[in-house]
Amino acid sequence: MQTVDFTNSRRSIGRRTLLATAVLSLLVSFAFSWVLQIAGITNSLNIVAALIIAIILSVALIYVLSTIVEGRRKATDRLVTGALYGAFGIALIPLLSLIITTVANGLNRLDWEFFSTSMRNVVGAGGGGLHAIVGTLEVTAAASVISIPIGIMTAIYLVEYGKGRLAKGITFFIDVMTGIPSIVAGLFAFALFAIVFGPGIRFGIGGAVALSLLMIPVVVRSTEEMLKLVPNELREASYALGVPKWLTIIKVVLPTSIAGIITGVVISISRIIGETAPLLIIAGLSTSLNGDLFKGRMTTLPVYVYTQYANQGADAQAYIDRAWTGALVLMLIVMLLNLAARILAKVLAPKGNR
Amino acid sequence: MTTTARTSPRSIRRLGDKLFSRFSLAAGIIILVTLAAVAVFLVAQSLPALSAKPKDISDDGAGFWAYVGPLIFGTVWAAALALMIALPISVGIALFISHYAPRRLAQPLGYVIDLLAAVPSVVYGLWGISVLAPFVQPFYAWLVDNVGWFPLFAGPVSGTGRTVLTVAIVLAVMIMPIITALCREVFLQTPRLHEEAALALGATKWEVVKTAVLPFGRAGIISATMLGLGRALGETMAVAMVLSPAVIVSFALLQSQNPTTIAANIALNFPEAHGLGINVLIATGLILFIITLIVNSIARVIINRRNAFSGAN
Repeated sequence: MQTVDFTNSRRSIGRRTLLATAVLSLLVSFAFSWVLQIAGITNSLNIVAALIIAIILSVALIYVLSTIVEGRRKATDRLVTGALYGAFGIALIPLLSLIITTVANGLNRLDWEFFSTSMRNVVGAGGGGLHAIVGTLEVTAAASVISIPIGIMTAIYLVEYGKGRLAKGITFFIDVMTGIPSIVAGLFAFALFAIVFGPGIRFGIGGAVALSLLMIPVVVRSTEEMLKLVPNELREASYALGVPKWLTIIKVVLPTSIAGIITGVVISISRIIGETAPLLIIAGLSTSLNGDLFKGRMTTLPVYVYTQYANQGADAQAYIDRAWTGALVLMLIVMLLNLAARILAKVLAPKGNR
Repeated sequence: MTTTARTSPRSIRRLGDKLFSRFSLAAGIIILVTLAAVAVFLVAQSLPALSAKPKDISDDGAGFWAYVGPLIFGTVWAAALALMIALPISVGIALFISHYAPRRLAQPLGYVIDLLAAVPSVVYGLWGISVLAPFVQPFYAWLVDNVGWFPLFAGPVSGTGRTVLTVAIVLAVMIMPIITALCREVFLQTPRLHEEAALALGATKWEVVKTAVLPFGRAGIISATMLGLGRALGETMAVAMVLSPAVIVSFALLQSQNPTTIAANIALNFPEAHGLGINVLIATGLILFIITLIVNSIARVIINRRNAFSGAN
């Protein structure tokens, strides 16, 4: 694509000039914010704001320079290129800030006590998130037990068996399900169990039902994509050997696509493990360890983080520290799951000449 | 898949086939039944609120629709603001990854943006309230002091920074990876010949993007936008934690009184609700469900139409 330069490169700006412009605007921007700080207008050196100003300044400078040297079309091209790099840079700011603050604040309480005690009878400092971690694991496991078989079987139906109106209807309604707001899933689980058990009902399994409502469409979608990738020749070869259809699916289709299916399942788990709103509604809140999914309120990590922050007690810093540590543990679990998904995809990928 | 195999006539095999196909069909039907149940239960639990006397809903006797009106406004307003921030940046990132970044870096950069989607919303809430809000507050104060005549920036400024604009920024960060991922896919599908034709006519890179990539991806951008909007409409925790809410209809971005959203309102009030209050909250949830359903359906229709188009290509 560099060949374009050929036509309009009567005079063009070199790489070195671009770099110099960027460095110059960086210096100007930081000098400016430094002067502001000295003058007492701002009370601290705002690095992020200075960076943003530097980016805008350098793009503007390059635009002006390029208009003079290279003409308007080339200048617009440079402007857009700068803006696109800038867009990516801007997206990185919240990501970095998020990771840095979570790690920095979360480390305060990332100790053994956090993993070994619950919040039972804890006021102020101390205490931990054991009950929340156990709750998260149990609710997520229960949601997976409900969702994975239903999701995978539905995908098999859609790809291998489904024809006509019913399959189309199921596909459409899975799209609808994908868009259900998580809080509505929580309300549904509540509405369902409130009719059976009365309006005060709060238990872990209700949270699992709400989460599986959010998880099933993700599992179906990813499994469907993977099953569609299995070449038809494999199925036909199996039929030709006289293998019945269901055995073909189990012995040929599923093993071929298992890597992608597992990846999709793991990613769907990482999606729901961070859900807060539905669990706030149907799983409730408890300060002590509760291992029984079917009885009593059950706290999960996201709800724990939320309530620690929202209901700060007398010693506010202790609550905030616990909230951040909970957030850090949650982030670590999600990142580990995503990493596991990528590794599994690599390891289990079907070998052969593609 | 049209080649249905002729299984041998032995009955054992047919039994396995029958069982397996029945099971998979049953799984599909369970999904349909579940969704029907969602609709039925939500409606059933909403009916008491919809049919209640206005005086029972709120003390001033204004009734259900007066209660839910500002919430609908807040939901749509916050989501629209988030979209206005996220859309240009997302399309920019998608273009950057698909056409500007070095080939070898494109995939890792895509992963980096996807990381944003993996962050739980409660962590976004925590970040929004303790990092973003204090960070943007001085800017808000400056805006109110200097451009306060503009209705959107009318004062008095919020002292905490927990305004609807901050919420919109957090929501924008949350929906950015969704819009980016879809746009990226669409941009990568631009026919190579279109791009090369533009290049051959002497177009600069931006002109290639403007004349070949963006027109081809327009439907994709629209549907990605709608999906992002659907996500922003339903987002709960980030809004509930960051916003300092009030039941008002106001376009002002920087004040401490902000219109709250349906989802955040449910999350904040549900734990203490009882009796008819629960029904009212469920009814607002039903309305949220319908709004997101409409938005997502529009997105799906556009995507499906585009599939048909590119199939003919």
